[in-house]
Amino acid sequence: MSAPAVVASDVSKVYRRFLHKNQWKTLKSALLTGSLLSDLKPDETFTALDSVSFEVPKGCTFAVIGENGSGKSTLLKLVAGITRPTRGTLTVDGRISALIELGAGFHPEISGRENVVINGIMLGLSREEVERRFDEIVDFAELRPFIDAPVKTYSSGMYMRLGFAVAIHVDPDVLLVDEVLAVGDEAFTRKCLDKIGEFRRRGRTIVLVTHSLGLAEKMCDEIAWLRRGRLVEKGDAKRVVDAYLTYVAGGEEALLAAEHGAPRAVEGGTAAPETAPGEPEPGAGGYREGRWGSREIEITEVALCDDRGRARHVYAHGEALHVTLGVRAAEPVEDFVFGIGIFTADGTSVYGTNTHVEDHVPVAFSGDGEVRFEIASLDLVEGTYLIDVASHRRDGTPYDYHRGLYSFRVKSRVKDVGVWRPRHAWRFTGVRITPPEPRPELDLRDEAGS
Amino acid sequence: MLSTLVRQVQTLVRYRALIGSLVSRELKARYRGSVLGFVWSFVNPLLLLATYGLVFTYMLPVRRSPDTDPYFVFLFCGILPWTWFSSSLLESAGVLISSGNLIKKVLFPAEVLPVVTVLANLCHFAFGLPILVAVLVWSGHLSASALLAVIPMLVQLVLTLGLALFISALTVHFRDIANILGHVLHLWFFSTPVLYAYADVPALQPLLRLNPMTHVMIGYQEALFFGAFGHWRGLLAALVVALVAFAAGAWLFERLRDTLAEEV
Repeated sequence: MSAPAVVASDVSKVYRRFLHKNQWKTLKSALLTGSLLSDLKPDETFTALDSVSFEVPKGCTFAVIGENGSGKSTLLKLVAGITRPTRGTLTVDGRISALIELGAGFHPEISGRENVVINGIMLGLSREEVERRFDEIVDFAELRPFIDAPVKTYSSGMYMRLGFAVAIHVDPDVLLVDEVLAVGDEAFTRKCLDKIGEFRRRGRTIVLVTHSLGLAEKMCDEIAWLRRGRLVEKGDAKRVVDAYLTYVAGGEEALLAAEHGAPRAVEGGTAAPETAPGEPEPGAGGYREGRWGSREIEITEVALCDDRGRARHVYAHGEALHVTLGVRAAEPVEDFVFGIGIFTADGTSVYGTNTHVEDHVPVAFSGDGEVRFEIASLDLVEGTYLIDVASHRRDGTPYDYHRGLYSFRVKSRVKDVGVWRPRHAWRFTGVRITPPEPRPELDLRDEAGS
Repeated sequence: MLSTLVRQVQTLVRYRALIGSLVSRELKARYRGSVLGFVWSFVNPLLLLATYGLVFTYMLPVRRSPDTDPYFVFLFCGILPWTWFSSSLLESAGVLISSGNLIKKVLFPAEVLPVVTVLANLCHFAFGLPILVAVLVWSGHLSASALLAVIPMLVQLVLTLGLALFISALTVHFRDIANILGHVLHLWFFSTPVLYAYADVPALQPLLRLNPMTHVMIGYQEALFFGAFGHWRGLLAALVVALVAFAAGAWLFERLRDTLAEEV
């Protein structure tokens, strides 16, 4: 393996808290020692990054994930060289281009054409290099008709596109991306992702800060998880995302418990539907965890277990999964539907159904009951999946809708991709090929979750 | 101190392409959208000249010797370089703050910004020179010694660069500077022989001699107006002061560099 592209050893970054009375102190210490902080007491400073060490090998796509305020962007700025670490060292091998704020150097009064040239030079190209790549940049940004108009007349999407196009055509050895992939419409986003994919194929190094776990898991070789400025976990993308999701789910449960007391104690009558979801299989857009509904039929308990009735969160592919809903209606109800939806970690719908679309006709329900949804075989590729469960009227008015509050994980020894793994076999005629060694199936039955 | 000076110069040389394109952007952007456009580069100094000329000829006549006749021409020789000096410093006070997103979001050599400000104003100064030359030809003051005006120009360039680096970095920490700077420059203007000739104020001379801009201004006036350049010693002293100012500006900027991205 060649030398790493980015090496951070024991990197800390301390900011001062903003206080006017510190101005003299910080200026004095900056002048005397070149540091802003030496005269400040610990409670006047804020540690954004605390002894973070990692290496990014050349050609690796590396993501940094974490909650807001966990130090991700600070880390990226340090890698970019925009600020320097307070302690520790950080070295980067090769030319860097940072997609931190797109079009940061654009001057609104002059034309797109002139801005491209100046921005390119700012990002480290020579004038000739910019001119050679100029057509490519303009075509990528899809701004050919507007390139001679002043940038102040551009829409924000056009502005971002031009910024992205210039930054990506700097052709860096190390590309830093800070949550800027949400530029422009879907088609342009795909184009950006393709371009980043092309970078990967050409063996360039990418460091990515993102909140999109699905993207991180799909694109990245390694992921680092930061929490309050400390490195919690680092390594294989899937493992870290899984650990992070487990942590986030724990946090949400705690949050819900704090809001409502124990989940069983949730009482009806607090309908707060933000949207009016119909069938529990909405599209991927705007997938957010939550719970809402009028609670006339309340889902008091949701249990995931295998076909032996043992509660588990991790399943081998092909295993059975039973989702059991404990339901309760204080008053008799005659109009009801039970539904279930399965989503990938980034919110893409895998499957959704309910008793109504499958032609079950409700008759009556009151008191306590149990609804079980039995999946005979989880034909899914490895990954984390979220579950929606719901009770609602036939017209879609929700009684109790739990969105993305439950998750399970599918494990597999086969590194296939996608979502669905159809039952399949390979057959060969006239092809000499060695079949795989027979391997024991994954058995997770004894590492049952709580 | 000397090494920071050398390093600063090296950095600026390394970024010359960037500086060049930023200066041309600055020039293009300045008058974009105005009716007269580039003509303002010529009109601005003329209007300033007209104002000062009217005030100090008719309203508050300056006590001066007939050497400085025609007064408008004499005034022009001083106003033009002074405008370069004062607008460079006034603009450099705000330049890091107004380009904050560059410093915070892009790997960008911040010292380029005040330098671009000074050089863009140097260009405006240069655009005014043909008019000055035309006026000098008309009044019969132009002589070969006018070429020597390049010497006070160089001294002024070094001095202005140093002060611009100093002011721009310090203003990030103390926004108050932007407010007080205008008044300081006003006082400085009157303490520099622009409106009057150095020879006409013998009582003030010991004080004026301490001001490096005095020597720069005398240099311009001798080369352009009087046609007898001989202020070598004064300019040499001013050059030493200018170099010290540049080194101090470079040193301060270097010291505050890491803080800029956080304070802007």
